[in-house]
Amino acid sequence: MNRIVGIDLGTTNSLVAYMDGRQPVVIAGRDGSKLVPSVLSFEEDGVLIGDEAKLRGLTNGGRTVYSIKRLMGKGIRDLREDLGFLPYQLSGSEEGIVRVRIGEREYTPPELSAMILGELKRRAEEHFGEEVNQAVITVPAYFNDSQRQATKDAGRIAGLEVLRIVNEPTAASLAYGLQEKKEGVVAVYDLGGGTFDISLLKIREGIFEVLATNGITHLGGDDFDHRLMALVFQEMAARYGLHLEKNPEMLQRVRLAVEEAKCRLSTTEETSLRIPLPDGREYLRTLTRGELESLIADLVEKSLGPCLQALKDAHLSPAEVDEVLLVGGSTRIPLVQRRVAELFGKPPHCEINPDEVVALGAAIQAQILAGEIQDLLLLDVTPLSLGIETMGGVMNFIIPRNTTIPTSAKEIFTTSVDGQRSVDIHVLQGERELANDNRPLARFQLRDIEPLPAGMPRIEVMFLIDANGILNVTARDARKGVEQSIQVKPSYGLTDEQVEQMIRESFEFAERDVAQRLLIEARNEADTLVWATEKGLVQGSQLIPEEETAAIRAALAELKAAREGEDHHRIRESNRRLNEASHHLAEALMDAALKEAVQQKKLDEVLKR
Amino acid sequence: MEPRGAALALDLCWHCHSTVGGEYFCEQCVKVQPIHGEDYFTVLGLPHRLEIDLADLERIYHDLSRKFHPDFYRGKTSREQRISLDNSATLNKAYRTLKDPYARVEYLIHLKERSCREIPSQPPPDLLEEILETREALEELRHLHRTSGDGRKPELRAKLFDERSRLGEKNREVEDRIQALMRRWDALGAGEGPCTESQREILKAIRDLLSHRTYLQNILREIAEETQ
Repeated sequence: MNRIVGIDLGTTNSLVAYMDGRQPVVIAGRDGSKLVPSVLSFEEDGVLIGDEAKLRGLTNGGRTVYSIKRLMGKGIRDLREDLGFLPYQLSGSEEGIVRVRIGEREYTPPELSAMILGELKRRAEEHFGEEVNQAVITVPAYFNDSQRQATKDAGRIAGLEVLRIVNEPTAASLAYGLQEKKEGVVAVYDLGGGTFDISLLKIREGIFEVLATNGITHLGGDDFDHRLMALVFQEMAARYGLHLEKNPEMLQRVRLAVEEAKCRLSTTEETSLRIPLPDGREYLRTLTRGELESLIADLVEKSLGPCLQALKDAHLSPAEVDEVLLVGGSTRIPLVQRRVAELFGKPPHCEINPDEVVALGAAIQAQILAGEIQDLLLLDVTPLSLGIETMGGVMNFIIPRNTTIPTSAKEIFTTSVDGQRSVDIHVLQGERELANDNRPLARFQLRDIEPLPAGMPRIEVMFLIDANGILNVTARDARKGVEQSIQVKPSYGLTDEQVEQMIRESFEFAERDVAQRLLIEARNEADTLVWATEKGLVQGSQLIPEEETAAIRAALAELKAAREGEDHHRIRESNRRLNEASHHLAEALMDAALKEAVQQKKLDEVLKR
Repeated sequence: MEPRGAALALDLCWHCHSTVGGEYFCEQCVKVQPIHGEDYFTVLGLPHRLEIDLADLERIYHDLSRKFHPDFYRGKTSREQRISLDNSATLNKAYRTLKDPYARVEYLIHLKERSCREIPSQPPPDLLEEILETREALEELRHLHRTSGDGRKPELRAKLFDERSRLGEKNREVEDRIQALMRRWDALGAGEGPCTESQREILKAIRDLLSHRTYLQNILREIAEETQ
């Protein structure tokens, strides 16, 4: 069976989930942890991903990349506020997408996200023991077209066919609705590591209809951390005369320390913040919940405006909202919970783990697309109005925000000069009246227009926003009824050719990486088995016939030899043979241990120990 | 779901070429059929009536969403996927338009204009005067806001609050009159053919009132923005 997994590609952590029957389940890694930190560390001999990368950040600051999600679909100008807090280097011209510079190479955000997706893909493949190449990936509801497209590109680069981009709050409501079996109007307040969303939904007989959505794509736990980091660096300068905010290792160290302190303050009233300084001294201070709250209060307040706007767009009063659902790690902060409760006039729900609920919802949507669930359906909306620039730089709105998707709009274009062969269409997203104040999405060029007097050609352009919230544009000559050639230049995205190139490159790397990883894994297994067998022989060689002991020793020698080689197939095979040879020994040892335990118990009873 | 009635011309199934009489799916091969090019009332299986029970409308919309949504066409041919996408887009637009009573009646007028042309839209003179006066007060308030930090001239604000309740009352009046006319339209029986003389009269009256309402809504929004 072709499995489709659900992926929550988060700013701070990422997860992969699937449906086990009617139950969504997050897939844990070997160490049992369900979260993969969305962190990459570029080493001499490869890239570390997740927990290991997070640790390496402390010593390899400038080559450790996190919060990639905040870069997706963005230009360098969009990221001014973040620049001071990032230990890694951003580059890119004023126009077009931002890039991350690591040593000699530059990476686009979709390439970096693809590495995290690749790790989740491997995690799922290990779990199922088979290939996984289709996924549903979640994004913040307020993500614009470029950010959605960038996420889809990341999937493609990672070798995943992205069957659907789902909005995070909507996914969360699906998991919640399935578990709680509730109907009515639900508000999902989703404050994660980097982004904030509010979605209002109506749940009725398995239909999850989004009424309105709003948000801020640049508000989350990262911004709270930045406030704390600024405080710490300021105090380090005042107390010790040390200006460390440009030191990549210190940036990573302070960031991790304040992040942990922030998390502790959700359950305790005060905590200590302890950070070793490069000169051997130590920065130490007590941080209270009150101090944290006063540092971030204005940021929390910022999230309430979009809530009110969404209520207005949905023609709802706070009292008409039946349930409020909290999603995202930052909603553990008591101040956030308090303000949300005050706004909606009711205590919010947080029964489902706010870190996992989005991935669980993505798994449910994956199952719907697989055709395995037919009674549930999400009807989502486009978060931003779509428009085209008209004469004088005015925005002509063609699809209003909060329109249920898929949706479409048709416009007729013509020429303004005799014999004109092409027409440019500048498409934007946003709510402002002037085109320049909105987000440029792409420039479409209608080409090879039949040369006719001005105003004569009639080119019908269809703007279609699909169920992913992504724009598709097609054009046809309305007089002749034939398709019209169209060229797309995304403003903050990759062209198809660029994505193809990245896919080719990632395949080359992937083959090398996979071979390397299989070898390491096989060696690790061999080491464990050699250790256990040698120990077993010492304890129990008297329990088995001599010829069996000899066979075990031979298999052991063979495995040790294989382990020194580079061939993971050979190591695996030797592992298997040693396992077989020592099977009887293992059983004998187990029996002996059991007998001993029983005797010990009897002895205990007799002696009333 | 009921077939959408005899209003539709008979068509051929794109797949098996058997006759389809306006059903959403071909009776022979069960393939989904494009609903492209039909009016929003017909898409939702409704007559051209202006009073619609919103709970019913929602139920119809949800049922049709289950039939058309692309989620359920992933394993199908690309032609069927395309039809599902287009049908869903049309359905979503139809629901959005008919859900709001004013968008609904505006759409009906647009629909009937082909047969009810020459409906002039007159500017409402008494209303215009009142709006101009209010706008003057608004401008003054805005000017004060810009020039001095403390532009809260109490008598000006009081005047605007007064205007807001007067205009709000007028708006309610206009909406009541539109509702009454919508009921009269329905009482005449919803024909899908050309309008009768009395039907044209009603649409003309509604159209004028809708334009009054737009003026009122705009000025009310401006007052709300300036005085909040």
